[in-house]
Amino acid sequence: MNTSVDNTVEAQGTRAPLILGGHDNSGITDVVCAVVERPKPPKAWYVCMALSLGMLSLLGILLPYLIFTGVGTWGVNNPVGWGYAIVNFVFWVGIGHAGTLISAILFLFRQKWRTGINRAAEAMTIFAVICAGLFPGIHVGRAWLAYWMFPLPNQMEMWPNFRSPLLWDVFAVSTYFSVSLLFWYMGMVPDLATIRDRATGKLKQTLYGLFSLGWTGSMRHWHRYEKAYLLLAALATPLVLSVHSVVSFDFAVSILPGWHTTIFPPYFVAGAIFSGFAMVVTLLVPARTLFGLESLVTMRHLENMNKIILVTGCMVGYAYGIEFFIAWYSGNELERFTFVNRAMGPYGWAYWIMVTCNVITPQLFWFKKVRCSLLGMFILSIFVNIGMWFERFVIIVTSLANDFVPTSWGYYLPTFSDVGIFIGSFGLFFTLFLLFCRYLPFVAMSEVKGVLHGQQHGHGAHNGASQPPEAAATAEAVN
Amino acid sequence: MSTWGLLAEFKSEEEIMAAAKEVNAAGFRKWDCHVPHPVHGLDKAMGVKATILPWLVLAGGLTGATLGYTMQYWMNAVDYPFLISGKPLHSGPSMIPVTFEVTILFSAFTAFFGNFALNGLPRFFNPLFRSDRFRRATNDRFFVAIETADPQYSAKTRDFLQSLGASHVEEVPA
Repeated sequence: MNTSVDNTVEAQGTRAPLILGGHDNSGITDVVCAVVERPKPPKAWYVCMALSLGMLSLLGILLPYLIFTGVGTWGVNNPVGWGYAIVNFVFWVGIGHAGTLISAILFLFRQKWRTGINRAAEAMTIFAVICAGLFPGIHVGRAWLAYWMFPLPNQMEMWPNFRSPLLWDVFAVSTYFSVSLLFWYMGMVPDLATIRDRATGKLKQTLYGLFSLGWTGSMRHWHRYEKAYLLLAALATPLVLSVHSVVSFDFAVSILPGWHTTIFPPYFVAGAIFSGFAMVVTLLVPARTLFGLESLVTMRHLENMNKIILVTGCMVGYAYGIEFFIAWYSGNELERFTFVNRAMGPYGWAYWIMVTCNVITPQLFWFKKVRCSLLGMFILSIFVNIGMWFERFVIIVTSLANDFVPTSWGYYLPTFSDVGIFIGSFGLFFTLFLLFCRYLPFVAMSEVKGVLHGQQHGHGAHNGASQPPEAAATAEAVN
Repeated sequence: MSTWGLLAEFKSEEEIMAAAKEVNAAGFRKWDCHVPHPVHGLDKAMGVKATILPWLVLAGGLTGATLGYTMQYWMNAVDYPFLISGKPLHSGPSMIPVTFEVTILFSAFTAFFGNFALNGLPRFFNPLFRSDRFRRATNDRFFVAIETADPQYSAKTRDFLQSLGASHVEEVPA
């Protein structure tokens, strides 16, 4: 397999290939199915799984402890009623956004490079939203009454207050989860059928057979399927923009200085995409190597994502700047104080971690060498993950800790329970992702095959099977 | 053993495209192409009519919008009048986000379930699954299947498929 071709360079008037290694249709099937079909996953998978389960067990211990003891086990106090739980909630929801951007928005823009990474990114979305959904549920204090968040008939004969952005959030996040799940699963049905048709064991045949719903690749079915997929993409696009806008309303609709700003919805959406792409890079860089998918998830895919990280990182940096400007320009003393306090006050350390990781270090992506270095992008993506978590921490905690009247100020310190549950949510996320890698098709095979045809035929009438690998890899192909 | 139909295998998109046009022109109705990925233009070549799915989704969306808004109005202004900071009981603007989300939810459910319902899925048994060769329909081969139930079906159909350049033609038992 020839994966050493540099497909990040394009001669004028040509398109670099998206699929390397000279694969034909069956080659793509073999590479992707090999992950699921190999008798045992690579050793590194077991190591990662052990670590993830270790982290997950923290959740297993600390969640019952929290529920049986109460939220007093957390560090939240009187001025700072929203601590780690809400920070983590916003952090995880934001991460999910990259998956939907890749699967829906890039689909509408006909960005064919999305096909190599959309399945894994969508899986990441689902798992991130699961982690996000955990936090509001336990944050309510009496977790067994979490169903009060939904408009269900209850013993008080009361309905929730629909004027509250917190309730909009319940609807936004649960709709987001449902739609992402449908979109992900629908895209996966033809690929599950591929695995079903290659499966040898009875158990595999039954399970993959069950979940592929009897798909036969009928063109009459594909016709409706493609329409449905397009419709879902068109629905998911405004949805994903609405979700983080609604999350930002949780803050913007209140009157707290530092929260009550109109820039929040676009600023939150940009930040969400920024953090989400960073997480996709963090996951894909090791996963593609581990499972031998370098010919489908190529350097070009990774470089494109790094470019998006750079762009959205600049947007986030711009938002930080404009927030300061507006605080000064508004002439409102409390706004001015809040922002100076963010940078220079008791949480200044968190503010500067945020600025360093989100605005300064991503600038290294201006250099092609960094964009195309696996180690470089892996480290920078982790910086972005850290930075974006601190962004939410800064926004939530500084505004609450030092609001209008100095006598009611306080300082928030997390407890072991706060930190442990946060680490546990990472355990849940990584465990689910590792299971996905091993048991589900990591790359959208049927979509990549569609792109492959265009790639070969932009170059002249070639038959995939008869084409020598070198020619396919260096083909001046239509993207 | 009775025969469900004939299965013809092709090796490329171009071949199946040409074959589909011929089969459609010959007047067959109970037939289908089975391909590993959507082949653009093949549905037109087969004479597949545009799906009504978008209209169903529109209906689903409108239902969601109506239901979402009415639910909020009924819950906060009628069934349990919720007076908060002197705001009107029927606060239209604050009901927009939830109305929007419910609209999307209903539309997406209609698109998903409508697609599978119109396609007659899930269908766990299909005579085509009896063919070992057919397993490659989800991998790298392109198939035309004509059912014996088609009024045009005759003893000559096999030769007809062969004449279209099929690399293999076989009978599928019912």
